Amino acid sequence: MRTKQMLPALLTLLVCSSLMFAGTVSGKVTYTGTPAHQKPIDMSKEPTCAKQHATPIVTETVVTGANNALDNVVVYVSSGAPDDGQVPTQAITYTQKGCQYIPHVLAMHVDQEFDIVNDDQTSHNIHPLPKVNIEWNKSQPPGTAPIKEKYDKPEFIEVKCNIHPWMHGYFAVLKTSHYDVSKDGGDFKLPNLPPGKYTITAWHEKYGTQTADVTITGNETKEQNFTFKATPY
Amino acid sequence: MRFISAILFIAILGFVVVAGFTPRAFAQDEPVVGPKPPVVVKPMESHIGNLTGHAAAAKSDYRRYCAGCHGDYGDANGENAVWLDPKPRDFTIATFKCRSTLTGTLPTDEDLFNTIGRGLDNSNMPIWNTFSKQQRADLVAYIKIFSPRWEHEKAGTPITIPAEPAVTIESISHGQALFAKLECWKCHGTHGEGDGPSASTLTDSKDNPIRPYNFSAGGNDSRFKCGSTNQDIYKIFMTGVDGTPMPSFADVIQPNDAWDLVHFLRTLQVHRHGKENEVLAAAHGVIPPYVEKKTSDLAPAAPADNKSTGGGQ
Repeated sequence: MRTKQMLPALLTLLVCSSLMFAGTVSGKVTYTGTPAHQKPIDMSKEPTCAKQHATPIVTETVVTGANNALDNVVVYVSSGAPDDGQVPTQAITYTQKGCQYIPHVLAMHVDQEFDIVNDDQTSHNIHPLPKVNIEWNKSQPPGTAPIKEKYDKPEFIEVKCNIHPWMHGYFAVLKTSHYDVSKDGGDFKLPNLPPGKYTITAWHEKYGTQTADVTITGNETKEQNFTFKATPY
Repeated sequence: MRFISAILFIAILGFVVVAGFTPRAFAQDEPVVGPKPPVVVKPMESHIGNLTGHAAAAKSDYRRYCAGCHGDYGDANGENAVWLDPKPRDFTIATFKCRSTLTGTLPTDEDLFNTIGRGLDNSNMPIWNTFSKQQRADLVAYIKIFSPRWEHEKAGTPITIPAEPAVTIESISHGQALFAKLECWKCHGTHGEGDGPSASTLTDSKDNPIRPYNFSAGGNDSRFKCGSTNQDIYKIFMTGVDGTPMPSFADVIQPNDAWDLVHFLRTLQVHRHGKENEVLAAAHGVIPPYVEKKTSDLAPAAPADNKSTGGGQ
């Protein structure tokens, strides 16, 4: 009974405090220079995948948008917010569809469980190539159960399918719950940051990492943009 | 005189302070010169049946027989390594090809013991049958000093292999259907000659080109990389060959179906005299098309809303 009475008060307190003290870092990731030309993928060896694409898709090593926007950049708090050890319980999925990885970069918390799903009419083998975590390699024929996995150490892990050598993606395993992957024109947002000094790191699979220091003083949105120097090779 | 000794005192004091506080900063900038530090032989052990292997006992054997390829530091950088293809195993990452345990787990001591005794076909790893069993057990313990995984992790649990059913033309036929359905042919080729559509693009986990196994090569005594018995073939495709493109099928093939696949794979070894090829010859060399009898060959897909299932065997 008592708990029930206190619940609204507790909720109000929670909402208020998060509104009052939660800052946000948001911004845009862009590039300067000339990014590598992305090549069309020849999927003729896998007709069930080829027919899913009206026009041949191109490689996704560098995905750009209007106004020099750079997508698929993992932006995360690399210091200043000690990891509370809370592993997100939300389901995240890495889908193989049309012989492509969707999303191209899957960001996750250390120890967070994720599903690998095969939506294709062909077998894939999921072969992540970690250096710090443990390597495994599993076959996933069409119509089989999702593969459930997790990684216990932070690392950017290249993922490939040996059967379809053009398939290429990344797992970003992070020891923080404050992360985002730039999308839809290079946009990213890191909400719910309590006041403090933070180091924000931006990682791109080809152009490396950049960092910026940001101070959050209260309920505010700080803009922090990142610009990568693109190289054509 | 007093003045001079005061200056001398300050100078000495200054030197001591500077020398005491700066060497770390200097040391970081200095290139590392001279030989690498000696290998620390941790007191690792191995247990194979009644045998107990001790790392310290294998020190000279490893230096004399293994380090030439695998390197003094177990990092696959021995002086012969540049000339070898496939490359020697890198013990520092503790990823092993021949296991009875699931993909991503450490092999059992017995797996490693057998690998040393058997050698690796189609590679430069010879059959070390000149070693005594104790020497092999000691070497198994020794290679554990190179990766911290052996201190924090236990070896995986060996997979359960049911008794092998009789070879029949039906089991061969079902195995052939699985070979097609699981798309083994994408790399190994329709006739198992290692010439599937993806074969030319394969690389191992260190980006070195690698060939899929050619079943048809070799004579009556042809061996696989991880053994020569039917049980060995069963283990190879169920647990996968870690560090290579060959994945594990443990989650997707039912144990009895796996035996049917083994029987079919044996018929791809066309020069081998065995039970499977005898059964095939009795059927005039023709594998009849498989007629579906079982409800499913593959593990069923988990319902989308049920998180507790899936990934099962």
